[in-house]
Amino acid sequence: MPAVALLVFREVLEAALIISIICAATRGVPGRAARVLGGIGLGVAGALLVALGADFIANLASGAGQDIFNAAVLLLAVLMIGWHVIWMSSHGRELAQHMTSVGSAVKQGSRSLNLLLTVVALAVLREGSEVVLFLFGLSASGINAVQMAGGIGIGIIGGATLGFGLYIGLLGIPINHFFTVTNIMLVLLAAGLASTAAGYLVQSDLLPAMGSQIWDTSRLLSDDSALGKTLGVLIGYKSAPAGIQLAFYLTTVALLTAGMRWQQKRAMPASRSVSAPRESAPRHPQH
Amino acid sequence: MKLLTLMAAMVAATFVHAAVAADMPEFTLVIKNHVYQPSELTIPAGTKVKLHITNEDATPEEFESTDFNRESVVLPNHSIVVFIGPLRAGTYGFFGDFHRETAQGRLIVE
Repeated sequence: MPAVALLVFREVLEAALIISIICAATRGVPGRAARVLGGIGLGVAGALLVALGADFIANLASGAGQDIFNAAVLLLAVLMIGWHVIWMSSHGRELAQHMTSVGSAVKQGSRSLNLLLTVVALAVLREGSEVVLFLFGLSASGINAVQMAGGIGIGIIGGATLGFGLYIGLLGIPINHFFTVTNIMLVLLAAGLASTAAGYLVQSDLLPAMGSQIWDTSRLLSDDSALGKTLGVLIGYKSAPAGIQLAFYLTTVALLTAGMRWQQKRAMPASRSVSAPRESAPRHPQH
Repeated sequence: MKLLTLMAAMVAATFVHAAVAADMPEFTLVIKNHVYQPSELTIPAGTKVKLHITNEDATPEEFESTDFNRESVVLPNHSIVVFIGPLRAGTYGFFGDFHRETAQGRLIVE
């Protein structure tokens, strides 16, 4: 049972941390809880499908199918997070101001929410498919069903509790800085996922490593420790990254930051010329 | 535009890199009864190697190393290939994530 609980805990923890960042980033958007739960449900269904199709995936692309699949799932999540943060960079302030009212930003927010729901589903799918494969193996080797269920339960509760703790902590951030913080967290999350994706492509030799150990801090903080794993999700920490992983990380941060700046510049004059006259129309007729 | 240039550079690098990868040392690990055979594998330092991992068990295993940053599922009666390195000299741990109690191994790079 401890082995089951530990494996489930590790996988659930990673997904739970991602989900808690996303829950924080979508604070105040109506219909959020239902969609996050929907995303988890889709992810679990996807995990079962991926585990059932593991044989098929493994044989794709002359054996590199698994790595390509993992990298594709991760990069898709990066794309969705990127889209959301770039959109948020021009609407975050409105969202914070209109938190209690139902403003147009909130309505638009629910559109962007669908992207993040997909990220929730992808995170659960990725970690979940490993758990399902592991459990397939366990049940084949004839483990006691009660022990298995107990291990799964403890693992899920443990991982989810830590994820919930992060969410509660994030809610403590003052509202005027709130979306700035969650946006930065999403950018770092996306950068970490991109570098993990690069790692999969390096291990099947589809990308050059460009230096396989840029640094090695595995003795200080192993990727396998709870803290290493947590930082791995939150800021993309890797104890011995390849050069290309660093390149993917920095490129993601640079592209998203540039995208956010561009969107802010683009939105600022537009929102003034569109929203200002509308708000002040009674006092200053335009024509 | 920047992204396109970067992507083009990456694609180009992949081709150049595939051409150089011709004569790479190859090694084999077998998983049987949730144990790696051999449990100690020695590979040359500063060289990229091709590692074949065969799972002879009836249950899936995940070949994983946090020391040299690799992670790949090996289905029952399947073989996978994982490229490793070039690594600096030293001893690196690897394990089977699905059977950590028994599936432990060391990669010796010299």
